[in-house]
Formats: sequence, structure tokens, C-alpha cells
Amino acid sequence: MKKLFVPLLIVVAAMFAFAPIVIANARYESTMGLIQKIFYFHVPSWLAMYSAIGVCGLASLIYLFQGSRTADCYAVAGAELAILFGLMGLVTGPLWARKAWGVWWQWDARLTSALLMWLIFVAYMLVRKYGGPGSEKLAAATAIFGTATGPFVYKSVDIWRTVHPTTNVVPTLPRDMALALLYCMIAFFLLFLVLLTVRVGLAQRQMALDDLYLAGED
Amino acid sequence: MIANLAFLIALVLQSPAGQNEFVPASSVPRTDQLQAAPLLIAAYAFVWIAACFYLWTIWRRLRKVEDEMQALERRTGASGSSGASRPAR
Repeated sequence: MKKLFVPLLIVVAAMFAFAPIVIANARYESTMGLIQKIFYFHVPSWLAMYSAIGVCGLASLIYLFQGSRTADCYAVAGAELAILFGLMGLVTGPLWARKAWGVWWQWDARLTSALLMWLIFVAYMLVRKYGGPGSEKLAAATAIFGTATGPFVYKSVDIWRTVHPTTNVVPTLPRDMALALLYCMIAFFLLFLVLLTVRVGLAQRQMALDDLYLAGED
Repeated sequence: MIANLAFLIALVLQSPAGQNEFVPASSVPRTDQLQAAPLLIAAYAFVWIAACFYLWTIWRRLRKVEDEMQALERRTGASGSSGASRPAR
């Protein structure tokens, strides 16, 4: 994966650079017009966020029950990426809402639950940073809890009446819109993989450094 | 009667339902494009800036860890295993 890092990074950068052209070729949405094009970055950023919380939750589960330190590296990388991609979703969403709904934010089920899910992963990082010795296990439990909220956040638009578009929008997209979305989803997923690789590498180096300090203390 | 009134009030206070599907259109009014463009550009720019900034923070942290490792190896190599103290990260 390390050998693939630079070529993959170039591919991702090229895909992101070309994305506005792909998005411009997709037709406008009839009621929202130009602002709906934020959709092509907003939805993939949440897809990447869900991938990140999936990695973090699974790795935390492995770390909690098997004590695998490699899993812990993946968990911390996943949590950090969940914060990054969640932030992208939380920023692009209000920019879209300002024009589409006339407000930056609406305290409805989807937006509020998504914000809370994001805050759980912020809490994960805070627990790890300031929780003292043994905080990794407490953080892992927090991550599992955060991951469990994922399906509820996703289905919230179908369960409760919200102003947010439902999950039915993506499967019913016309071909040109669906292709643009697919392109952006691939770009975001590749970006997620690239960042996950480097972040796991960093976590492993930090672990090796901790081991060196421990060996020195012994 | 009161129950009906309460139901009506609840119905009025409910937020409008979310869209069920997107209907495509070939063109959009020019005034609409002008209002939406800054928000759209801001959204795309934010994604780029956030990704680049994050990549830079990883690179910076990685360099710090590598420097610390080299310094630690130098110290332990120079004075045997003298017990290096761990700096806060």
C-alpha cells in the first residue's frame, strides 16, 4: 500500500480537479437549481464519514476484545477521518441549506443526529488525548457506541419527518446525475483510503516511539 | 373538538416533508446561478482546503515523530540505556 500511496494521491488529486467538469455536465435539479450541485460533494463526504466510522468501530471492537495494537492504530485513524469527513459534510450541508431552505441550520432529526454522531468521534479523540493511561479502552467503547448510531442517522430521514431529502433520492437519480455522483463517491473513497493509509502509518510510528521510550525506561 | 384542534395545530407546526426524488431540469434562471455560485464555490473550496490541511498536519506530525525517534536513538546510543523521559504529545 505504501508503494501505491504517491500514485494514488496523484489519481485522487486529478479526480478532484476534474470533478467540477463532471458535475457541470450533470443536469440541474428543477427546484433547487445550481446550489443542488453541492450534493456531489456533500453526499460523498458522508459516505467517506460512514466508511471511517465503520473502520473505527470494527477496529475498536477488535482492540477491545483481542487487544490488537494494530487495530488500535486503525481505530484512531478512522476516528480522525470521521471527524474530517464529517466536518466536510457539516460545512457543505449548511452552505446548501442556506440557498435551498433559506436557513443555515435546522434542528431536525437528520441534522441534529448527524451532529451528535460527529461529536461522539470528537469525544473519542478527546478521551484518547486527555484521558490518561488506559484511555484507549474507554475510547474504543465510545467508538463502538458512535458507530452504532450510524444506521439511525442514515434512516432518520425515513423514520422522522424532516426537511432533509430522504434516502430515496439517490436510487431514483437520473443517469447523468447518478454518474456524476458515482464519480465523486469514487474520488472521496480513494481520498479516504489515501488518508487512512498515511494516518495508520503515523499511528504505527507513534506506537514504535512509545515502545522505544518504554525500552529506555526499563 | 380540542383533539381535532390540537391535531390541526400539530399539522401546521410540522416542518415540510423532505424531497423524495430529484427532478432534472436543462436550464436554471441566471439570477439563481449568481446567488448560488459563491456558496457552491465555498463548499468545493472547503473540501480542498480541509483535505490539504489534514494531509499537511499528518506530514508535520510524522516528521516530529521521526525527529524524536532519531534524537532518542542518538541519546541512548551515546549514554547507554540511560532512561529517556517521554515528552508530552
